[in-house]
Amino acid sequence: MSSTARNSPPSSWNDQRIELIIGHLLRFGVLLSASVVILGGLVYLARHGQTTANYRVFHGDQSPLRTIAGILRGTMQLSGRAIIQFGLLLLIATPIARVVFSAVAFLRERDYLYVAFTLAVLAVLAYSLFGSPH
Amino acid sequence: MSVLLFTLLVLLGSLIAGFLGSLTGLGGGVVIVPLLALVFHVDMRYAIGASLVSVIATSSGAAAAYVREGFSNMRIGMFLEIATTIGAIVGALIATHVATSTIAIIFGLVLLYSAYLSLRPQPAHAIGEKQDAIARALHLDGAYPTTKGSQPYTVHSIPLGFSFMFGAGTLSGLLGIGSGAVKVLAMDQAMRIPFKVSTTTSNFMIGVTAAASAGLYLARGYIDPGIAMPVVLGALAGSMLGARVLVHTRTKALRIVFSAVIVALGIEMIYNGFTGRL
Repeated sequence: MSSTARNSPPSSWNDQRIELIIGHLLRFGVLLSASVVILGGLVYLARHGQTTANYRVFHGDQSPLRTIAGILRGTMQLSGRAIIQFGLLLLIATPIARVVFSAVAFLRERDYLYVAFTLAVLAVLAYSLFGSPH
Repeated sequence: MSVLLFTLLVLLGSLIAGFLGSLTGLGGGVVIVPLLALVFHVDMRYAIGASLVSVIATSSGAAAAYVREGFSNMRIGMFLEIATTIGAIVGALIATHVATSTIAIIFGLVLLYSAYLSLRPQPAHAIGEKQDAIARALHLDGAYPTTKGSQPYTVHSIPLGFSFMFGAGTLSGLLGIGSGAVKVLAMDQAMRIPFKVSTTTSNFMIGVTAAASAGLYLARGYIDPGIAMPVVLGALAGSMLGARVLVHTRTKALRIVFSAVIVALGIEMIYNGFTGRL
């Protein structure tokens, strides 16, 4: 047991606390985004519930909800579909927020190796959201 | 079918998928894409897009519960996420250049392989093994709660596990799934991490992996709010239920049942891919 204790990270108690905060962060992000999706869904169903659902053919490449700007514009106009998409955007942001928080936590622990690992993951995430050609 | 009925049926299907996916650690995405494509005749790209965002919801929702239980290992997760996120970008880029029928066939093969992985006998991990030098350097070893108190474990074969994770990320980005099966395979079998730590850490990683391809999916219009809304809400509710049950459940019988479903869907996906219906 003692050898395991010596080889485990120097601040394992801190690790547990951080994991707890991360748990709260994830739950908050998911509940917030789910609430927004439900809200948008109700607006969408109230207005379009009786129309015919047809998703056989792909039209996504023409959707205005492909960009963050387009989603925000539609949300301002209280479009149900745009509000749902805004909620989905919050959902995508939730694990990213978790990674940002982990970077701060590792920095406070002075675990620079894991700060570097976390920043590498963040760079990849940033490329996906902002670096891709539209 | 009216939008309202479509929404309710997809909501119910996703709820069941999320529940089983969370209990088995295989993720709901593996069932959601075939459900949407085969049953509801949704275009593969929309199906993959909706599945991918639902994967973020189920992963984050379940992770919140697992983190409290103390099973998941944050350092293992973060380290391996380097491989899975890069893989996810590669997968999402490949997805643009491949026909949907080809994606359906790859999807089917992945389903069959997932079922095989979860059904084959699990070699027991020896306790008190020698520590791995890389694991020690990276502080990857940990402990998890059992009925007899805290059980320490060591991590092995890190380069192999890391490569597997790149593959898992690529599949995730290509198919809109969490690829929990491959992640669990890498951790449980290759890195010899205890099964519950593997499944919960895998769940923890899936959200970040999926977020890495979600940006590219969004830009391409794969994420349609009308489909994603019931899929996300249903899968999320199901996975949260599953996470509550996980700690008290024996996973073996459940994995057999879920694997049978996955085999059936896999065959159906491959058939429809070859006949060009998807």
